[in-house]
Amino acid sequence: MSILVNQETRLLIQGITGREGQFHGQAMLDYGTPVVSGVTPGKGGQRTFNNRVPVFNTVEEAIRETGANTSVIYVPAAFAPDAMLEAAAAGIGLIFCITEGIPALDMLRVYHTLRQQGVRLIGPNCPGATSVGQAKVGIIPGNIHRRGTVGVVSRSGTLTYEVVQALTDEGLGQSTCVGIGGDPIIGSNFIEILDLFEADPETDAVVLIGEIGGDEEERAAAHIAEHLSKPVTAFIAGRTAPPGRRMGHAGAIISGGAGTAESKREALRKAGVRVADSPLQIPALLRGPVG
Amino acid sequence: MKLQEFRSKEILARHGIPTLPGEVTTTPAGARTIAERLAVPVVVKAQVLAGGRGKAGGVKLAATPDEAEARATDILGLTIAGGPVRTVLVTPAVDIGHEYYLSAVLDRGAKAVTIIASAEGGIEIEEVAHSQPDAVLRHSLDPLAGLQPADVETVTAFMGIPEVHRSTFGSILEGLVAAFFGSDAELAEVNPLAVTGDGRLLALDAKIVVDDSALPRHPDIEAMRDLSEEEPAEIEAREAGISYIKLDGTIGCMVNGAGLAMTTMDLVKLAGGEPANFLDIGGGARHERVAAAFGIILADPNVRAVLINIFGGITRGDEVAHGIVEARAGLDREVPMVVRIVGTNADEAALILEQANLQIAYSLDEAAELAVAAAGAGGSR
Repeated sequence: MSILVNQETRLLIQGITGREGQFHGQAMLDYGTPVVSGVTPGKGGQRTFNNRVPVFNTVEEAIRETGANTSVIYVPAAFAPDAMLEAAAAGIGLIFCITEGIPALDMLRVYHTLRQQGVRLIGPNCPGATSVGQAKVGIIPGNIHRRGTVGVVSRSGTLTYEVVQALTDEGLGQSTCVGIGGDPIIGSNFIEILDLFEADPETDAVVLIGEIGGDEEERAAAHIAEHLSKPVTAFIAGRTAPPGRRMGHAGAIISGGAGTAESKREALRKAGVRVADSPLQIPALLRGPVG
Repeated sequence: MKLQEFRSKEILARHGIPTLPGEVTTTPAGARTIAERLAVPVVVKAQVLAGGRGKAGGVKLAATPDEAEARATDILGLTIAGGPVRTVLVTPAVDIGHEYYLSAVLDRGAKAVTIIASAEGGIEIEEVAHSQPDAVLRHSLDPLAGLQPADVETVTAFMGIPEVHRSTFGSILEGLVAAFFGSDAELAEVNPLAVTGDGRLLALDAKIVVDDSALPRHPDIEAMRDLSEEEPAEIEAREAGISYIKLDGTIGCMVNGAGLAMTTMDLVKLAGGEPANFLDIGGGARHERVAAAFGIILADPNVRAVLINIFGGITRGDEVAHGIVEARAGLDREVPMVVRIVGTNADEAALILEQANLQIAYSLDEAAELAVAAAGAGGSR
């Protein structure tokens, strides 16, 4: 089982011949991910990765010829919105957009168009998802995992790897790790991923990694209190961030008291979530008695 | 990127929103000249990005060109929210009958562009929203259809715009939304939108914040960037592709990834220290990037120790270690360093760091504690 990606995934890489597409495409293949095809407009007809993977000009052709059902996007920010819209229009049901720096108003249009089409989007500006031992889609390093039953969902990149490594080091394996992205407008929020983990028989507990800015963590807390039976442990980055300053992620901006680390920690605590002060405390909190 | 009042008004005026004539200057004599040209009593307004300039004495009336020069002298000598005032806007003074509030914001919760409106303008909208929540309208636009006539009606009715101003208000709202989309804004705000004594509806003050991700397609707006309002190190960092924010502490931080950078700062604080900065060197941290980051961190004289925390996922740890060792050789200031490199090729990295006599930390918590200890030792000399 696990969530989002597994051995049933038939992955299409948009931007497969670019630097990022080549580097991460190889890593995904090495992990055993079922990569079936790629798209780079103008390079259709080529094959890449030692002749293993065919390249098409359009997503439509790639689906028709290779049965792709999931797409991962590495194209530059200026072209990523169209890449998402193309994939959705062609019939891809699940899109991961790794690209960072996409203007928010472009994302607003893409977000609502994809929702209307019933297409699930993860990201943009996200590291993707890995179902341990089955499939890795995106850029999360494959070697930090250990197979197990902890689901991880995060708005962050390297912080996610840090947490996963801490879990692995303590013998706590993972089912699936998902990075939902740090931008103001993202395709899927914490709540949607939490619901998937709740329904996944291979996931016994969930780690949520949030950061300052917005109110996604507060919303997630309310949802957890109502709908999650599995224990949740959380870490929120940015307790020392000064108000009103943007900390790298477009999403990580706090102003006027809303969206602060403390408000998020408090909301999560009230929902029965165990909140860690450091990523290293997460394994112990996970093992603790169910709150 | 935040735009100053006069820049924001310039953009709004381009979209047909009525504003007052006015000019900016950096000298008191310039303020006199502008006041002479306008030939009416004027307001001299500090052009700063920080809020609360009125309370800080940054907005003054002047009845004559002499007074305009004197007021400009005062204001150009002010420091508002930590930054000196370098530019003033000189604009005609008007009698104000009523003040409204009107803005368009990128509403991440609603996943929409939301119009915020109130009949109670002229003060901070957060205060109005707090003291009289019913006096503030939040009206989200259809994300795919944009502003519709029904939206204009809803906002106009809520604000109680008098009949005589309705058609002007309608075109102001349309202009505001057009300016918002046209400049890829996160916020386009008019406060106050004022009815003047002589019966005009005018944008007297304005603020536009543009989405940084969209700046590449707005070179005209990028050109409006006022470098004098930014920390020199922050400008240098942006040019090197590094996210850097200067803070007040003593422990310089160099981290890859924004979330991990914030976490590293949090752990420094938890260990009893104060971070000197937020710094995300981004992915694939090569030698030049590491060297640039060192330069930026050490330019801050408060820095007494540097904590380097790299999670080598995609980035190879040994490459970063080489980068650190090489960059350190070129530094003109010696401070204690604590280096933590984990993930891909961490063992090779450790060997390189050991040979260079750099202090190595293994866990995140340990790294923070060692850096705090090193900064303390450096501080007592």
